[in-house]
Amino acid sequence: MTDYVNLLIKAVFVENLALAFFLGMCTFLAVSKKIETALGLGIAVTVVQGITVPANNIIHQYLLKDGALAWAGLPDVDLSFVGLISYIGVIAAIVQILEMALDRFVPALYNALGIFLPLITVNCAILGGTLFMVNRDYTFGESVVYGIGSGAGWGLAITALAGIREKLKYSDVPEGLQGLGITFITTGLMALAFMAFSGINL
Amino acid sequence: MIREAKKVLLDPLFNDNPIALQILGICSALAVTSSLAPAIIMSIALTAVVAFSNAAVAAIRNHIPNSIRIIVQMTIIASLVIVVDQLLKAFVFGLSKQLSVFVSLIITNCIVMGRAEAYAMKHGVVMSFLDGLGNGLGYSLILIAVATIRELFGSGSLLGFPVLPTVADGGWYYPMGLMVLPPAAFFLIGFFIWGLRTWKTAQVEQPEYRIHVAHGAEVM
Repeated sequence: MTDYVNLLIKAVFVENLALAFFLGMCTFLAVSKKIETALGLGIAVTVVQGITVPANNIIHQYLLKDGALAWAGLPDVDLSFVGLISYIGVIAAIVQILEMALDRFVPALYNALGIFLPLITVNCAILGGTLFMVNRDYTFGESVVYGIGSGAGWGLAITALAGIREKLKYSDVPEGLQGLGITFITTGLMALAFMAFSGINL
Repeated sequence: MIREAKKVLLDPLFNDNPIALQILGICSALAVTSSLAPAIIMSIALTAVVAFSNAAVAAIRNHIPNSIRIIVQMTIIASLVIVVDQLLKAFVFGLSKQLSVFVSLIITNCIVMGRAEAYAMKHGVVMSFLDGLGNGLGYSLILIAVATIRELFGSGSLLGFPVLPTVADGGWYYPMGLMVLPPAAFFLIGFFIWGLRTWKTAQVEQPEYRIHVAHGAEVM
């Protein structure tokens, strides 16, 4: 049990997808002007990440890994080279299904997240989470925890940045740094702050 | 035609840089730049993928049904990335380990998708190939510039060869620890954008609020 708690804390803070690995940066910088939209996107990423990482874990463990097809009587088959195409396909499909399911059953949430859901397919934080899970060979339980934790960490980071940017627009920024430039430097300072967690060994 | 081709190829370098202006493909630009060698490999890989995917998408652009175009583009890009990934594993295994997931992440690199969607769906094969090449080069330019600064000042070497002899090896240079840490990449790209926009003032973004000088010289 403590293993799972440690993994969760590690995924949220120490190995924060946005600030330690720079994943999902395009959306991170582009959609962080308002706290509300940032929070909505953060929740959407957490939900999608919490579903796709375990789903890809099952595919990796039982279909693609070296020797994973032993249950089908093919112990020598290694399909890991088609991994990329399968993972991105699964992600695209799950995002599509989630979109339709939300539209049908929880229209309020669908309206809140609507525009962000299709964007999530091409968010590298999602594919990155899956690839880290494959690299580190997590078990199914670990992959559930890692998926939710890494999504929540990304959401936390983008909400924090949006909070800073909302205040920042009242400050007198040099002309060339206006907009994108100052956002980069702000994110750099946030990443510096998150480095404080990097010494923690759980 | 030649002028048009030159414009498409060279504009992304400074006038319409994918990283500094279009905000595309930033994830990998930050993560692989702590030393020069992986940055160069990453630049070559991305330039190849974006050029060929642009050409492939442009070649079949009239046959792609609009509703499933994202999936078609995704499949083309993913296949190209798998080829690049396998090539790197075969010829430069050490570096490919060092780049870890970032080569695979070219699939979701917004430059590739962005250019396929914004340019290749509307233009011919040759022009799309050039556009891909140009954007790949614009990306490489920033990647290599940032990586050179980070490796030179962070560990006193370039491509692994010592340039500034560090104190640990009996020289005079104290390495700047900040440069090898991830946040340095943010600061460097931030300053690069500042420099670029000071030079090309058309790229400056308008602030949402401006602080007015309420009592100017007339009060004096």
